[in-house]
Amino acid sequence: MDLLEGVSVSAGSLKMSDVIAQPVLRRRASARGAILSTLFEWLCFGAASALLAALAGLLVSLLIGGWPALHKFGFSFLTVSTWNPVTDVYGAAGPIVGTLVTAGLALALALPIAGGVAFFLTELCPGPLRRPIGTAVELLAGIPSIVYGMWGLFVFAPLFAKYVQLPLMTAAKPGSLLDTLTTGIPNGSGILPASIILAIMILPFMAATLRDLLLTVPASVRESAYGLGATTMEVVLSVSLPYIRRGAIGAVMLGLGRALGETMAVTFIIGNSHGFPTSLFDSGSTIASTIANEFTEATSDMHLSALIALGLVLFVITFVVLGLARLLIGQQERRT
Amino acid sequence: MLKKLGAAFGAALIISAATLAHGATISGAGSTFAAPLYSKWAEAYKTQDLNYQSIGSGGGIRQITANTVDFGASDKPLKPDDLATNNFVQFPTAIGGVVPVVNLPGIKSGDVKLTGANLADIYRGAIKKWNDPLLAVNNPGVNLPNLPITVVHRSDGSGTTFIFTTYLAAKAKHWATDVGANDAVQWPVGIGGKGNEGVAAFVKQTPGSIGYVEYAYAATNSLTYTLVQNKAGKFTTPTAAAFAAAAAGAKWSSAPGYYLLLIDQPAPDAWPISGATFVILHKNQANGRQVIAFFDWAFKNGDAAASSLAYVPLPAAVKDLIRKTAFAQVK
Repeated sequence: MDLLEGVSVSAGSLKMSDVIAQPVLRRRASARGAILSTLFEWLCFGAASALLAALAGLLVSLLIGGWPALHKFGFSFLTVSTWNPVTDVYGAAGPIVGTLVTAGLALALALPIAGGVAFFLTELCPGPLRRPIGTAVELLAGIPSIVYGMWGLFVFAPLFAKYVQLPLMTAAKPGSLLDTLTTGIPNGSGILPASIILAIMILPFMAATLRDLLLTVPASVRESAYGLGATTMEVVLSVSLPYIRRGAIGAVMLGLGRALGETMAVTFIIGNSHGFPTSLFDSGSTIASTIANEFTEATSDMHLSALIALGLVLFVITFVVLGLARLLIGQQERRT
Repeated sequence: MLKKLGAAFGAALIISAATLAHGATISGAGSTFAAPLYSKWAEAYKTQDLNYQSIGSGGGIRQITANTVDFGASDKPLKPDDLATNNFVQFPTAIGGVVPVVNLPGIKSGDVKLTGANLADIYRGAIKKWNDPLLAVNNPGVNLPNLPITVVHRSDGSGTTFIFTTYLAAKAKHWATDVGANDAVQWPVGIGGKGNEGVAAFVKQTPGSIGYVEYAYAATNSLTYTLVQNKAGKFTTPTAAAFAAAAAGAKWSSAPGYYLLLIDQPAPDAWPISGATFVILHKNQANGRQVIAFFDWAFKNGDAAASSLAYVPLPAAVKDLIRKTAFAQVK
């Protein structure tokens, strides 16, 4: 999460520097300005190094804390799905798969809606409605995750079980793909409900960022397209979207990052079993939910170490996802 | 974000200022189960303030070992060896227990009778339906439906799980060898709810489900509980009296460091899945006597407060024994 915030800030600061470069150059003329400017540069450098130091410190402490478990179980820590605090045998495959599946599903569910909200707010929304809807989106982003968790467990789960899960389970023919996908306990817990809650949680972040990005598309560009006879859909898909592509990937990654690391809301509704989930309604676990569940009462050293190693795995997953996103952006930049 | 940080920082300042104002504060950390009880006691205790962090039993033991608090609180007693190596004193402060709760159409609290073996078979997935003959034997006249059993357990590490799995391991050999007893185990079947409220919510939402919660939670939320057979063969109702019977019948005096699990006690009215919550401190430490003074006061004056929160106070004889043996060791 923090990692991603850092990235979005740096993406934003690129544009910031373009804006402030001019006045700074002009002030360089005076000696006092030069000193202030040097000081400013050092302060900025200090801030950036502090961030790096914090990151490095985190990585090192996770490595030290998780080392006993990583050393004992080796590569099998990533491939085995046994998680047994009684015999002190730990493998993180179940939580890793659960994390990736729920985050991926959540992204797939939230992205089209977030895009729709952003396009509506910037292109179609009547003026007086724009502010209330925008504020509502931002308000959603400010709701603490424990509230989503409670709401998910006490309100969403029973409704989901009654109106989605049971009809789907009864409609599925035995042995069909739908039957395989919908096997589970009809009480509204499991992988899919957790992904839906996650999708609701990451939606406002992505919608708000996408909207802000769409607002940066110069009016002249959009109006030229309209002038050429393009429809709203064509303007959005062929003019606005390509214009904000780079930032949009950042927005998606921001959402994905939150989904990967989200803890409380998922813990309440995912069902918390450590094996591989075999269907959409099967209970599973994520890395974050496992840590949240077991960290407080982990009395054996190996248990604690395994949980810290899990944290390290989540760190690496987030890092790889971000790296891939950067790579993707870089490639697209070169192509254009 | 900045505002949030500012608010958090401000709150931290206020809290630390408040702690500084009362120099003589006892600090404790650990068991979440005991947290409401200790805060209620602390509220009524006028001599000193108590700063109790309910971070979980594991954290409590780690913190008292590292000497960062004046006492640690744990639902899982430390073994006599561990107490000796760290020069710890350990004593129980209150009794609690675990109650199986069910969601079955038309079934009320106390209708269903279960044995320990039944529970172990259900929780390992050997008994899959409510109309299984193994369950019907003890429940003549009860209309157990042809419903699949959904097993609900705690997802978070918990003293409740420790007591429950210890009981299952005591009653069924296969549970002891295949699963074992701990505050978190690898459950053969079922779904996990976070906390008592998570388990209760899943049980309420799933017809045919069975879960286990703390007695205090079951009592205050009027959940549908089952009767469980105790060692004397009686199907017991989970009441404060049944927990007290388990505690009174136990042989505390022959348990070094009060390392005693109140599982399956022989007293005729004892609830079989009982347990105590414990306090651990160093024999020689700063504030040691103040901690003892607090719990001594609580033993004298805190029973009503404990009962009002649905905790079961220790029997008077056990309290006297603790005063004589454990309290006297702290310098």
